[in-house]
Amino acid sequence: MIKTKKLTKIFEIKKGADIPAVVDLDLSIEQGEVFGFLGPNGAGKTTTVRMLTSLIGPTSGEAWVNGFKVGSEDKEIRRSVGVLTESPGLYERLSAFKNLSIYANLYEVDKPEQQVEKYLHILGLWSRRDDPAGSFSKGMRQKLAIARTLLHEPKVLFLDEPTSGLDPEAARLVRLFITELSEQGRTIFMCTHNLNEADRLCDRIGIFKSRLISVDTPQNLRQELFGRKVVMHLGGIDPAWINPIKEITGVHDVQEVDKKLVITMDDPDRLNPVIIRLLVDLGADIKFVGELRHSLEEIYLQTMEEETELDNEL
Amino acid sequence: MNFRSIRTIINKEWAEVFKNRMVLYTMIFLPIIFTILPLVMLYFTSQGTESMGGVNTADVPVEFLSACSEDMTGGECMQIYVVNQFLLLFMMMPVIIPVTIAAYSIVGEKTTHSLEPLLATPISTFELLAGKSLAAALPAIFVGWASFGLFLLALPLIGVTKPVIDYISGPTWLLAVLIAGPLMAIASVNLAIFVSSRVNDPRTAEQISSLFILPILGLLFAQLAGLIVIDVLVMLSFIGGMFLVDIGMIYLGTTIFQRETILTRWK
Repeated sequence: MIKTKKLTKIFEIKKGADIPAVVDLDLSIEQGEVFGFLGPNGAGKTTTVRMLTSLIGPTSGEAWVNGFKVGSEDKEIRRSVGVLTESPGLYERLSAFKNLSIYANLYEVDKPEQQVEKYLHILGLWSRRDDPAGSFSKGMRQKLAIARTLLHEPKVLFLDEPTSGLDPEAARLVRLFITELSEQGRTIFMCTHNLNEADRLCDRIGIFKSRLISVDTPQNLRQELFGRKVVMHLGGIDPAWINPIKEITGVHDVQEVDKKLVITMDDPDRLNPVIIRLLVDLGADIKFVGELRHSLEEIYLQTMEEETELDNEL
Repeated sequence: MNFRSIRTIINKEWAEVFKNRMVLYTMIFLPIIFTILPLVMLYFTSQGTESMGGVNTADVPVEFLSACSEDMTGGECMQIYVVNQFLLLFMMMPVIIPVTIAAYSIVGEKTTHSLEPLLATPISTFELLAGKSLAAALPAIFVGWASFGLFLLALPLIGVTKPVIDYISGPTWLLAVLIAGPLMAIASVNLAIFVSSRVNDPRTAEQISSLFILPILGLLFAQLAGLIVIDVLVMLSFIGGMFLVDIGMIYLGTTIFQRETILTRWK
């Protein structure tokens, strides 16, 4: 659905002062996938979206969206994708209905009024259809902008900060809607700063700062960075228990923290029963066993820290 | 070319513009003034065309005498000389009226952040600019024609004599109002849109675009200074020149309008 090969965009600010916004981006995103694109401000996320939606051209490299090539089939790309920009960009003096009907016509939708009505109903804005968009709350504006993105039933959606600035209730509704869209088989490319949201919604995540630093499922990213950790809450701990656990193949580290053992291991499904049996044999009183989940925020910050260190070394 | 896209942009622009009362008042107020002014002048000078203070053809600037027919009195010839200066007001109307709309067209979309979603649709640059140009130019052209129509209808009512009416409804004025005016409107609108896509502030766009009135003022002063007399030949030459300018402006507008520059250089 979305494929890029060494996609690069360099902005020439003035003669001899080039800013590489996107460098050698290689991506492959499958149909129906929700892909989270994470990175700090100015990382080049919006530039990437603009290139993939044929709003700006790449300096070098290639990209395909929906089977159409960026740069040579731009109109086809724009016709087949939906773009939710960071700012809703509505016509504030015009009604919600008029706002959508303009875009339904620009996207050459067959029955524009029916399609507008459909999405106003789906997003709960039908009762406010005649009100100017300028009178809407932030959440309603965002919903209207999302409706605009969907009018032509695009197979690929680019969402730039879809819940930015929304209250928790409105953000939750938008997230539920994104899940629904994904279940309909649409491919979603989502730029976000909300790591919790990315963790919950995205099948895969790309961490990006001009270059793609890492890309994988949230689970694999956790494992790659921190390994898998299991926490065992015990009635009491004898320090002598630690070494026998460390000797088990696949266990990398054991730490004692407040009557808890934090064990870093390869495969908890296989190793947990072995460790539990060992601890029971050693006389431990096991109260609770659970996996320690690092938040996506920790993964992101750790990745960015490593990237910055690497930059400094270079 | 997709006419549906062009029509949609025109409808969108009109829906937005006509919700702004100030723009609407500008579109109504200016033509009223520009139509009433020459009528007032003609009314007062028509009260005694025979004598008109003893004016005879010898008092009319010699360069202008060619515009007067032999059967005209000195007063009528003088009336034509004076009213000919107002011809330029009717040419100015379609230039001034759309500038506000056109100057705001791109920069306004930039300030409200609606340009990016608009450019993300399949609309081509030509369709977008054509829609925006027509949305600004058509009402101005229509208002210009309507004002001239009302002006013509009012002439006999205020006692303007037939030779003067014949002159005003003759080829020079008709070419000026029906063809030169719209051509000027198209050029000024395209300049305004071009400027609008290069600046970050609607006021700057409006001010720069207003410079397009200069050629008309040039004509006015050239006529007042006796350098030229606006007759059919001058008007046809002016129309020919404006036609070329229009083609150049449309070509420049579509080639210089760079989506990338507009999106990435705008902060």
